[in-house]
Amino acid sequence: MSKFCSVGKERDENGEIIVCEESRAKLLPILQNMQQEKGYISDEDMQSVADELGIHPVEVYSVVTFYSFLSVEKKGEHIIRISNCISNIMAGSKEILKQFERILNIKVGETTSDGKFTLEETACIGMCDMAPAVMVDDKLIGNVTPRMVKKIIKEHS
Amino acid sequence: MIKKNTNNRKGKVIFSKFEPFTALKKALDIGRSESIAEIRESNLKGRGGAGFPTGVKWNLAAVAVDKEKYIICNADEGEPGTFKDRVLLDEYPELVFEGMVIAAYAVGANKGFLYLRGEYKSFLPQLEKKLKEMRTENYLGKNILNKENFDFDIEIRLGSGSYVCGEETALIESLEGYRGEARNKPPFPANVGYNGHPTVLNNVETFATVPHIIDKGSKWFKSIGTEKSSGTKLLSISGDCKKPGVYEVPFGITIKKILEMVNAIDTKAVQVGGASGHCVSKKDFGRQISYEDLNTGGSIIVFNNKRNMLDIAENFLEFFKEESCGQCTPCREGIPVLLEGVRMLRKGECTHEYLDDLLSLSETMKLASKCGLGQSSPNAFVDIIKTFKDEYVLNENNDIKEKIFNAR
Repeated sequence: MSKFCSVGKERDENGEIIVCEESRAKLLPILQNMQQEKGYISDEDMQSVADELGIHPVEVYSVVTFYSFLSVEKKGEHIIRISNCISNIMAGSKEILKQFERILNIKVGETTSDGKFTLEETACIGMCDMAPAVMVDDKLIGNVTPRMVKKIIKEHS
Repeated sequence: MIKKNTNNRKGKVIFSKFEPFTALKKALDIGRSESIAEIRESNLKGRGGAGFPTGVKWNLAAVAVDKEKYIICNADEGEPGTFKDRVLLDEYPELVFEGMVIAAYAVGANKGFLYLRGEYKSFLPQLEKKLKEMRTENYLGKNILNKENFDFDIEIRLGSGSYVCGEETALIESLEGYRGEARNKPPFPANVGYNGHPTVLNNVETFATVPHIIDKGSKWFKSIGTEKSSGTKLLSISGDCKKPGVYEVPFGITIKKILEMVNAIDTKAVQVGGASGHCVSKKDFGRQISYEDLNTGGSIIVFNNKRNMLDIAENFLEFFKEESCGQCTPCREGIPVLLEGVRMLRKGECTHEYLDDLLSLSETMKLASKCGLGQSSPNAFVDIIKTFKDEYVLNENNDIKEKIFNAR
């Protein structure tokens, strides 16, 4: 676990972890790295992060469950997020979503059985000028047409 | 990678010609108090939408007594329909960073953060590269440009998909490693901010405007825009129009002019300020974009005659239901009730009395919610209910009470 944690290890003479403001501030970056490497944050990982930072595991859990890009359940290798803001819907994002559902053979919110793809809807991704837009992992793709869907999936499988 | 949507960027302030880092040199020459005075004189107000005078904010942080002070750039633009900061960070990053360094010098801060929304993570490598270049050229680091004791550096932190973290105190909570739940104000971040220290927190666009003001002077800046709203505003325009994109316009521009600019036809309504903003119908297209009239963080969404306004109200309320942090009751409990109300209206199951109750609940939410999210969440609902009666009224007699009641 310690490969994720680079802070919060200072201990006083009794072996108690010294908690400083800076170590707590590293919580989110630590969790973001974990999410990226493993695809989710397990109970065990939350426990060990809490131990490293000297905070209660419930604190870690509360942070993980607050942010929509962090998850306690395993996500696919690639996460496809489709913006459902009004500009995207008006430009046809629901058709794009259906096309992804058909080709991947899953419903929105699910992960393919081979663990490759998770399909999600998300709030505005800041691409309304190029709507409909999708976000594959960190990559933003604008002006998506139903025909492009197959290509996008192929590029990532 | 993103395919660039170029609209031949032209503008009077941010998109005007500029030699990077000349303003920083000038600020270091004229000194701290003169720099703040120039910003205060310019009447620059926060471009995120709240419109707090930037010079006043900087002054509060500058006079606060503390060894540690912070500069935070709010790049968590999550308002539906806004993408101007994406363009600024992609095409004008040095302008944003220069603004942050000037702010740091003016208030005496040593550390800065750029809080970048998770959705824009793909810009991280190019932004880090820019910071590295700035460090090599001593625009960041120790004794910046040989100014003794002026040390400053910028760290980029990522958000993780939370709209409410765009609220300044929620953003600070998130930076400190907590859930993004807004704090009570006062105290304001300029006095008690990151880890309890004085913190200047401004929008990306505000920082990008600063170097231009320092360089060309407050008088020049005040000559653009209206009397109470100096300068220009970046608008992110999307929806039913031929030329969506980011436009720099002087304050005071009317909705009508904007619609002409983007080739929008058969326009029924315009949502100004995103989901938390206001819905403006055709009869009000003569109104202006400015702090004194229609205030916006930049989001403009155009709807044509084919759109059902209740779809739009439902979409916004679904969004707020998802993004409400849940700590205060009016917002957490109020939004689902309004959403249910919109769905009842669509089915023709809402009575006149209940609609009045919903409008009164909206007033309560505006008054009693803790942060801007809850306070502004009923705005679009109320506007749409009041302006587009004919969309949900079910018979030809124009009395809502009768119609909705009859529909039951």
